[in-house]
Amino acid sequence: MAQASRTSTAEPLALPEGIQGIVADWSSDQRAFKNVPWGKAMMWIFLLSDTFIFSCFLISYMTVRISTTEPWPNPSEVFGLTLFGKSIPLLLIAIMTFVLISSSGTMAMAVKFGYEKNRKMTFILLLCTAALGATFVGMQAFEWTKLIVHEGIRPWGNPLGAAQFGAAFFMITGFHGTHVSIGVIFLLITATKVIRGDLDHGRPGFMTGRKGKYEIVEIMGLYWHFVDLVWVFIFAVFYLW
Amino acid sequence: MAHAEAQQHPIVAHVEGQQHPIGIYLKIWGLLFVLSTASYLVDYFHFQGYLRWFLIILFMLLKAGLIVAVFMHMLWERLAMVYAILVPTLLLMVLLGIGALEADYTFFTRGVFFLKGLF
Repeated sequence: MAQASRTSTAEPLALPEGIQGIVADWSSDQRAFKNVPWGKAMMWIFLLSDTFIFSCFLISYMTVRISTTEPWPNPSEVFGLTLFGKSIPLLLIAIMTFVLISSSGTMAMAVKFGYEKNRKMTFILLLCTAALGATFVGMQAFEWTKLIVHEGIRPWGNPLGAAQFGAAFFMITGFHGTHVSIGVIFLLITATKVIRGDLDHGRPGFMTGRKGKYEIVEIMGLYWHFVDLVWVFIFAVFYLW
Repeated sequence: MAHAEAQQHPIVAHVEGQQHPIGIYLKIWGLLFVLSTASYLVDYFHFQGYLRWFLIILFMLLKAGLIVAVFMHMLWERLAMVYAILVPTLLLMVLLGIGALEADYTFFTRGVFFLKGLF
């Protein structure tokens, strides 16, 4: 190469932008992810692996749905709700979508207030996020109950059509619901740390010697937004197909 | 440490973490509501065929893009980070293609098999 990137750490490194920046960042024994705490980089890499897991589920679902010769149950009707004697298609799922998007909104603002060291607002917004997440899981429990008890849908078959419907539905939404539930638990843990002032005083966390910092709110946020992101895809390909 | 020095460097825009005005989050929140409503309406008004597919995929990708870019701050990360996370996901397009081809073939062979059973 004509140009060599400087790697001496005696003085601040010039950080080139663009394609050259990629080459420089990845080469010469440097930290690849500058200005990003390693916890955040690791969360991103975890989310990338989780993307592949959810993609495997969704692509498998696509494969069984295309290849089945039985008619696929119409999600618009299966997930409809009857309100005031009138049946509205997909209503429950629409409400769940809005609840999860709202939780993403409050989470994003919690991250902002966290970096501003506004403990009270961060705590309140984290609790709002956890409450909305719990609401989502509650509605999902309602949905599962309705399908299992009233519609007789099982992972190995159902009275509405293709047997693969139950397997795909319980696997995909179950795995997503588990992610939401774990997220709610960690949101409550993060909220507790924030209100106790752990992050202001750099108090080490559970099972780690690392000092508490407000970056953990952002890392928590990345996980939570990812859960919302997965729902966007599930909503589109499972419920709207 | 190089890390500490990098944070003081003028190229690094953010002194600590990601700090952006609250308005952008509220606007994106609103946009996500609009897009979700739009994709719900696609089902409500029973759009079918290619129009349905086009609209569903369009709204899905727009929502996903807004969440990743703004809520997850990808818009403000360095390119090395963005590419490390986003480029590998493109591999999934290969899996998607293989899945679709295989599924079509399975559907075809099932059709042939079940027809043979009739005679």
